Formats: sequence, structure tokens, C-alpha cells
Amino acid sequence: MYGTIGFMAATTPQPGATTPEIIRNFCIIAHIDHGKSTLADRMLQITGVVDARHMRAQYLDRMDIERERGITIKSQAVRLPFKADDGVDYVLNLIDTPGHVDFTYEVSRSLAACEGAILLVDAAQGIEAQTLANLYLALENDLTIIPVLNKIDLPAAQPEKYAAELAHIIGCSPDDVLKVSAKTGVGITELLNEVVKQIPAPVGDASAPARALIFDSVYDTYRGVVTYVRVVDGKISEREKIKMMSTNEVHEILEVGVISPEPKPSKAIGVGEVGYLITGVKDVRQSRVGDTITLAGKPATESLGGYRDPKPMVFSGLYPLDGSDFPLLRDALDKLKLNDAALVYEPESSVALGFGFRCGFLGLLHLEIVRERLEREFDLDLISTAPNVIYRVKMDDGSEHIVTNPSEFPDGKIAEVHEPIVRATILTPNEFVGTIMELCQQRRGTLHGMDYLSEERVEMRYTLPLAEIVFDFFDQLKSRTRGYASLDYETTGEQMADLVKVDILLHGDPVDAFSAIVHRDKAYSYGVMMAAKLKELIPRQQFEVPIQAAIGARIIARETIRAMRKDVLAKCYGGDISRKRKLLEKQKEGKKRMKMVGRVEVPQEAFIAALSTDDNAAAKAKGK
Amino acid sequence: MSRTLGAYVHVPFCASRCGYCDFNTYTAAELQRDGTSVSVATYADRVISQIQQGHQQRPDPRPLETVFFGGGTPTLMPASELVRILSALRDEYGFAQEIEVTTEANPDSVTREYLRELFDGGFTRMSFGHQSSAPHVLQLLERTHTPGRTWEAVEWAREVGFTHVSVDLIYGSQAETDEDLKNTLTDVVNAEVDHVSAYSLIVEPGTRMAAKVDRGEVSPASDDIAAHRYPLIDDTLRAHGFTWYEVSNWAKPHGECRHNIAYWRNQDWLGIGPGAHAHDNGTRMWNLKHPAAWAAAIDGHLSPWADSEVLSADEQRREHIMLRLRLREGLPIDYLHESGWSQAVQAVLDGLLEQVEDRLVLTDSGRLLADGLVARLWD
Repeated sequence: MYGTIGFMAATTPQPGATTPEIIRNFCIIAHIDHGKSTLADRMLQITGVVDARHMRAQYLDRMDIERERGITIKSQAVRLPFKADDGVDYVLNLIDTPGHVDFTYEVSRSLAACEGAILLVDAAQGIEAQTLANLYLALENDLTIIPVLNKIDLPAAQPEKYAAELAHIIGCSPDDVLKVSAKTGVGITELLNEVVKQIPAPVGDASAPARALIFDSVYDTYRGVVTYVRVVDGKISEREKIKMMSTNEVHEILEVGVISPEPKPSKAIGVGEVGYLITGVKDVRQSRVGDTITLAGKPATESLGGYRDPKPMVFSGLYPLDGSDFPLLRDALDKLKLNDAALVYEPESSVALGFGFRCGFLGLLHLEIVRERLEREFDLDLISTAPNVIYRVKMDDGSEHIVTNPSEFPDGKIAEVHEPIVRATILTPNEFVGTIMELCQQRRGTLHGMDYLSEERVEMRYTLPLAEIVFDFFDQLKSRTRGYASLDYETTGEQMADLVKVDILLHGDPVDAFSAIVHRDKAYSYGVMMAAKLKELIPRQQFEVPIQAAIGARIIARETIRAMRKDVLAKCYGGDISRKRKLLEKQKEGKKRMKMVGRVEVPQEAFIAALSTDDNAAAKAKGK
Repeated sequence: MSRTLGAYVHVPFCASRCGYCDFNTYTAAELQRDGTSVSVATYADRVISQIQQGHQQRPDPRPLETVFFGGGTPTLMPASELVRILSALRDEYGFAQEIEVTTEANPDSVTREYLRELFDGGFTRMSFGHQSSAPHVLQLLERTHTPGRTWEAVEWAREVGFTHVSVDLIYGSQAETDEDLKNTLTDVVNAEVDHVSAYSLIVEPGTRMAAKVDRGEVSPASDDIAAHRYPLIDDTLRAHGFTWYEVSNWAKPHGECRHNIAYWRNQDWLGIGPGAHAHDNGTRMWNLKHPAAWAAAIDGHLSPWADSEVLSADEQRREHIMLRLRLREGLPIDYLHESGWSQAVQAVLDGLLEQVEDRLVLTDSGRLLADGLVARLWD
């Protein structure tokens, strides 16, 4: 424990002995880069829980990846003692929320642990789609919203304009919008006073059977799983046996406490308080976000509700570049899984890529984060197949297949194919409305509505197939709107669609890693695109290699890699046979590193480049 | 089959260096700049020393079947000096009855008298570096001779008694058109030569041409263009009585270069002169590369060998496959393992190989893809 917080202990209300009236539970809703972490840092500093000397930029974001990407993956809760203008010592619990679309469910649980939210918006940029989506989520949870414009110190700030926009969205007066600079500290104390004034104190029954909501669950190498909870009713004390209401699993509490900002053990936490529990379990699946904790000895009869099993929506095959790393990849996934209840995987093998795992993710960012952690923390070099969604395929004979890998799409008489759809919200300057409509139409979107948030900014609501979003929708949206449009989406169900599997055949042999499920109208362009790409990437062989795209037995696109016609060196000058032999031996050694697809030798770089939507990777592989 | 013995004599001198050449050769100016005592005038003595020392250290009862003078430009040396070297070989090793003695020659560096002296001294075969009849091709290659000079030299060679005369061609250079090559071939078939070597241009790293390619002044040589030109050569020569006997070599009946064939049959040969390679029953050796280092070793009665390599049984097997596949007589299938054999079957299906009795022979298209095939047959 740092000494800096010691002097406050005497006057500060203690965990387990804090009346709900002086507690305020709130979170910050903000877009990436709008200054959420800086604001949180500033609050830690102003309330004295961290002094400037100990201030580590973006204190609450622990993981390197989070810090580098400027996003928060895992929320945490910090207890801030605050003497407000009314002279009362309050306890403010700042619950940090993940800021990305893949983690909507986690966000909703964090919101459910709060009574209020600070809506933080960059005064130079205005509100973004994800922020708006999370704001709607907060309003659904009946949270009190405090609108705040940040970065008012920036020359480009337009506080009046965006205050009007915020006021329009949440239905308040522009004068109610606070204006702060988290960087310089201007307006932060005032903001904390508003939190005390506007956000209601938590309400709960201290004498009822204990109920606490799990809003986060983190695996720690030394302590096992650390579970973050908000107590609604009753009290949770150390040494008690608790029960998880979704699974009925019972665990003993080894430690209970609050974060301020380092873990600080206490005897108990009571109604309205936010803290952590350690029970010694080793897997976050045993302590799931959204679940309700009660006491095993005196259980509540009803859970707090809202629990959902995490449901993977996006799938991708992960393969080690070096086949002998397969066991390492397995161990690494087993370790990551301890801290990631949403990650699912099972072994699969690919003719082209060898042994790997088909992994399920909440979304694209989740995929990227997992992949990056595998490469960074476990030093693995990976190939990932193009991400795909989950399909439900009904056959004529009534049987049904769940397809998470395009190469497993069934042959035979297919009656119906169902694909997941999302409700997407796009915020954009009005000049891009036309181009976005065009994009969404190409991506099989249905427009549901359009609202002007202000004179220049429009909210567009679409239903889109998730598969289209997963492909490269976000990149397209950004490039077509010069980065101004923002996107949020939430899965809402599924729809029937005319989908087909396109196989890519090299010299007549299908390459499983390149199979894709696409809408029939786009099968041709996918086939043409992949065939052309592979023609560029695969070196000429001693025989002509046709590259074909096919739906079933029907060829829809074709390219040909012309046969190499000459590889022979003219002579062995002066009888230098050794040199020639060594040259050929070296070439042969190089070929061993190629993957064989039937008789075609394909360099590994070609797979990586073909599976990547990044043109640089393709160019790099080609240069080799 | 008992192994035969040949001799390769390297002459590391050139009047000027051609832009594409990465051979171990030096101009007089380069040698002078290096401050060595090696020169055209003193070279024969040292070569003779190596012949004598070499025979003393590794006596070999076999008479020489073939001798080949290569370079560089052997004909920069006086004919009498080349003859003196040849005599030393005869004195030390003895010659087989039908000895073949070849020298490479730059058409510019010979006269009728010069050729007569060689013929009278025991040379049986002349190999002229013609390369191309197109002046702009020669210019790109930085060759000094004028194209017409070759045919004059060929005529002189025939006049003084040589029955075996060969020309070397380089095709597929960036400056060459199909028409250029056809004109060159017309000249070749009109001349009285019984042997043609045609080499596709390879831009070797470290050459002036490679530097030009790197700077973008010259485009890289294209394998596709070379593959397109090769049948032009093959068809034209075939129509005029030549037959391919090795991937880059064609001959009229009895015109084959036996020394060349001995290389591809993996026979033994002596290697004499700086950088020259030798082979003796699975051991490969090569001389110190720089003329000064080599000369110092000879003068000091030290070993002139830079290094040697004793080949394992499988390395020898792989070399046999690599070398013998290039000959029209083909590769005896005994050299293949089972998986190599299944590769061969596939190559037959692909039309790259054909089986002739117990040998595998490259087809017309297979000849151009021999290197990749070799690597597969090694399996």
C-alpha cells in the first residue's frame, strides 16, 4: 500500500461500514481518444488516492495493449473519497467501462452497476456512434446522465456547437453541459460535485439475503480470478461461502476489498458498495460477468437478472507458422482462456495450413486482441484465416448444420441458410449520407431510420449482415468518409439469405483456407478477386496451374499461372560441379518450407498475404 | 565402366573483360595493378610446374583422353606456349590414342599461322567465342571482336587441318531480337563447324552487367525469352544436321566434344591453373583462385589447392543425377530412389522426361526445366 492514502483513512468511510446515502456509483461513457482515461487519472489525483508522483499515465488501463491502443478492454472500479462542497465525505465509485463495440454486453453490465454516467465528448469532435450506442444503453438502464465536453483547451474546440448537439440528444439545456479539460484539470472538481448532486445514491435492502452483480472478472497469475462486484442487497464478508446463481457453484471468499487504486482488503462490503472478491478459482468461467452472487448459507431466491452467456459471433482459424509450435499455441490459448470467458476454440486441421484452432470471438477487435496477445505474450507467429460468422444451414431432409468454418459448409440439397444480423448505428457529417447509403446497400443493408442530431450530423440506423461488417466494412466506412463517420452495432438475430460457398481450387485441388461463404450476387467478384490475388502470389511451377473459383462443381472464375518454361542454367563453368550442386540443394531446401497443395508449391507468405485484406502484406510477400 | 582421365588448363588472361563475365580472368592491367609476377610471358612455366608437381604427388597411370584449354582467352598466349604446355601433359601422363585437344579462342586473337602452329603441335579442336552476329548484341555484351572475323577464323582453322571446329553463342540477351538470333544461326549453319554451344545469358552477381541491371540501365535477362529462343536454335541446328547431346551443346555426327561429355558423365579430370577445378573419384578439388596466390604456391612447391571436398555416397548420387540428366544419352534409372522414381513418373506424365530403355531422357521442353527436375529426382 502506498503511504499517500494512509492519512485519509481516519476520516474516510470504511468499506462494509459506509451508508448508501454517501455513495455514488458512476461510469464514464466516451469514445476512444475522447479523454476518458485522462479524466479518470485526474479524478484519482484530485481525490488524493494517487499523487502526481505516482501517477502513471492512464493508471487504470493495465495491459500494454490497452495502453498502446488507447482503449480499455477490462473495466475496473476505483473507490474515490471526496469531500464535496456540502462538507460531507462521500465515496465515489468510478466504474470503468470497455469502449468497443465487441464488448457491448460487458458495457451493459458495468452500466447496470451504476446509478449515473458521465457522457464525455471531445469538444472538437462531437459524439461518436459507439458513444451514442452506449448512451442509449445507459438510458435504458435508467442512469442519470451528466453531459461533459472535454478538451475545451484545444484551439479546435467548439464547445457551443457540441453542447447544443449533446443537449439535443439527451434533451437538456446546452447550459447543463459541463465544460472541462481533463488534461489541465479545469472543471474536474466541479464535475465531481455535480456527480454528488445529480447522481442518486444506491438503494438496497441491507437485511435481505445478499445479492451482488458481477460486472467484471479478471484472472491474475498470483491470486487467481479477481471478481468485481456491486453489492445490491445485504453484505458480503470475508470467509463466507458464496454461490453463483447461474451455475449454483459455491466458493469460499478468501479476500474481499476495494480498489483505491490498489487492492485494499477489508472485512466486508455492503449495500451500494463496489469492490472485489477473491475465491481462489482459476478460470473466469467460474465467475461470469453478469452473474449474481449470493450467500450459500442464506441464498436469495431471485437473481438480479440480465445474465447472458458470452456468445462468440466471429470465427477464425489460428495456425502457427511453424507447425511444431502447435503445442505452444494450445498452451497459450488455455492460458488466455482463464482471463477471457468469451474465447472459445477447438482444434482443427487444414490441408494448406496444417494443425491449428478454430477460435470464436465476440467480434473483430476481440479477435485482434487475442491474436496480438498470443504473438506478443507467447512469442508465437500465427496465420489467421479470414474471419467469418456462424451460419445455420437447413437441409432439404430437415437436418441442420451449424457452420463455423466455411470449408465445412455442407454439400447437397440446402433448403435455407441463416446468417447473423446486426443493428448498426452510423453517425456521420451529412455530406457523407449518400456514400454511406451506397456502401450499406452494397453490403445488403436495410435502412431503418435517419435523424439529424444537429444541422450537420446525422444518425443512420441500419440492419446489416454481420458477415458484411466482419469483412472490411469499417475500413470502407472510414475511407469513404475521410474518417468522420463512426459505427456501432449490436447483434440482433438472424436472417435467411441466398448464401453460397465459394471454393478456391489450385490445379484442381480445393484450398480449404480460402473457402468463403458469400452472397450469391458477390460470389463472382470474390472468386475473381481471390484468383487474381493468388496468381500474383504463387510462383510459377513446372506445369501450368489453373486457379479456379467454384460454387460446387460450377467454375465461376479462372486464372492461370503459366508454367515456368526455363530454370536450367546454361553450364557448369570450368567444372565447378560443387557450386551447382550446392545451389540446387539450397533451392530444394527452400522448397521444403513451402506448403504443398496437391502438387503446387505455395510459399507460406502467399497464404498470409492472400488471407490478409492488407495490401502491404500482399506486396511484401510478392517481393520475397 | 572405368573412369577416364582428362585435363583442364585454365588460362586467366583477357584483353579486356566482357560486361557479363564472372569467370576467373584478368586483364594485363589488372594483374599489373595487383603487382603479381604472373603474366602471359611467364604463365606456361608455372602451368608446366603444376603439371609436373601434380603428377609427382598424385601419380595416375591413366593416359589423358581429352585436354581442354579454357579461360580467359588461351589464345592471348603464343601458340608455342600452349603447345609447350600440351607437351608437358603428354610427357607426364601420356595420351590415349584418340586424344582430343581443344582450345577456346577469341576470333580476334588468332591468325592462320597461329592456328597452323596449334594444329601441328597436337591440337585437334578449336572453339571460337562468336556469341552473336548482331553488333548491337556484342556491344551490350561488351565483346571486342567484329562478327565477320569469326567466319574468317573458322575458315583458317579448316584450312590448316582442324576437322573439329565449334562456335559458342550467347542468346537471350536484352538487346537481341528473334531476327538477330536467326541471322546468327544462319551464319553458323553456313560456316563449316561441326559443333555449337549455345548459352542463355545469365546475369551473374558482381558483373558490370548486374550493376547496370541494378541501376535500371539494362533490363534483367528473361527466362521466358530464353525459353522462346531455345527452340529456334534447336530447330535450326537440327535442320542442318546437328543433334543436341547436352542441354547447351549440339554437334554433327562425331563432332561432340568428348571433354565436355566427360564432365557430364562425372569422369575424372585434372585441374590446372588458378581457380581450376578437378575431380578424382568422388573428391573435388579446386586451385587457389587468384593467379598471384596460385603462382606463389607453385613457386614455393606448396599445394596450389584452395580446398577440396570428399563427396558422400549420396552426394555422388545426386551429382550423377544432376550431371547425367543433361545428356541426350540420359540418366540410368539405377540412380533414383523410390520417391525419386515416382517423381520421374510424374515428370514423364508431364511431358518433361521420357524413358528410353533403362534411362531417363529429357524431352524438348524438359531440357529447359532440368534444374527443377534434378531437385525432384533427388528425393
